[in-house]
Amino acid sequence: MTQKTIAGTTVDLNDEGYMVDASQWNREIALELAKEEGMELTDKHFEVLEYLRKAHANDETLTIRKVGKSGITDIKGLYKLFPGGPLKFSSKIAGIPKPASCV
Amino acid sequence: MKMNGESPLKKVCIICAKGTIEDVYATLVMANGAVMDGIEAKVFFTFFGLDAITIKQMNKIKTSTVGNPAMRAPGGLPFPTILGMLPGVEAGVSVMMKSQMEKLDIPPVDEFLEMITAGGGEIYACKLAMDMFKLEKEDLWEEVKAVLTVGEFYAMCGGENTQIIFT
Repeated sequence: MTQKTIAGTTVDLNDEGYMVDASQWNREIALELAKEEGMELTDKHFEVLEYLRKAHANDETLTIRKVGKSGITDIKGLYKLFPGGPLKFSSKIAGIPKPASCV
Repeated sequence: MKMNGESPLKKVCIICAKGTIEDVYATLVMANGAVMDGIEAKVFFTFFGLDAITIKQMNKIKTSTVGNPAMRAPGGLPFPTILGMLPGVEAGVSVMMKSQMEKLDIPPVDEFLEMITAGGGEIYACKLAMDMFKLEKEDLWEEVKAVLTVGEFYAMCGGENTQIIFT
């Protein structure tokens, strides 16, 4: 585990760069984390991030199918928002652990 | 995904030749898992695997209850092959397996294929097997990209860090 200052806040990260404590997250951190992945976040991105954070807080197992049925975006849209890692990158930017699901 | 400094996998070409739940889902899970991780995926369905992309059959695939020594009744009780031969047992077991998968958010075959193509994965059918089973392109799921010969499929399997997987 390492500590890093992102957007003025000190956060704990694991070896893969995922935030260890979801409560340390804020929008500015998300913008910075997204930049590291080469992405610019829109309101739509934030809707997905908020959904993921809420699901994580409720201890739900996340899948792209679940996000696709959330009403925010369909699976195709999710791939467009987070290319190359619809669940991996979105979780990372949302400040929640790397999803442990195979779907 | 980068691991131990190795150069990461870029493309998987998956061949599915069997039409049971376990064979088809192994293919679908691996293909979907690839596109979710940013790995290109091309899936080639041949022989009985064609059932998974044939409109009339795709959501009716079953698992065989005969000749499968790993088949056990709930609670780990033995499941003799002779039981599996009784009418309705195969259908019942298959329904049970599908409901277990649904609980884990694993979708039906058609929806699973849609998830794969939504992520840029490509689905192909084998020409030779289609001729054998007297199938036409119209019999296939609409998003099947093309009907290919084996040579045409191999031509898509080039490039560094590409793997061919036979499920």
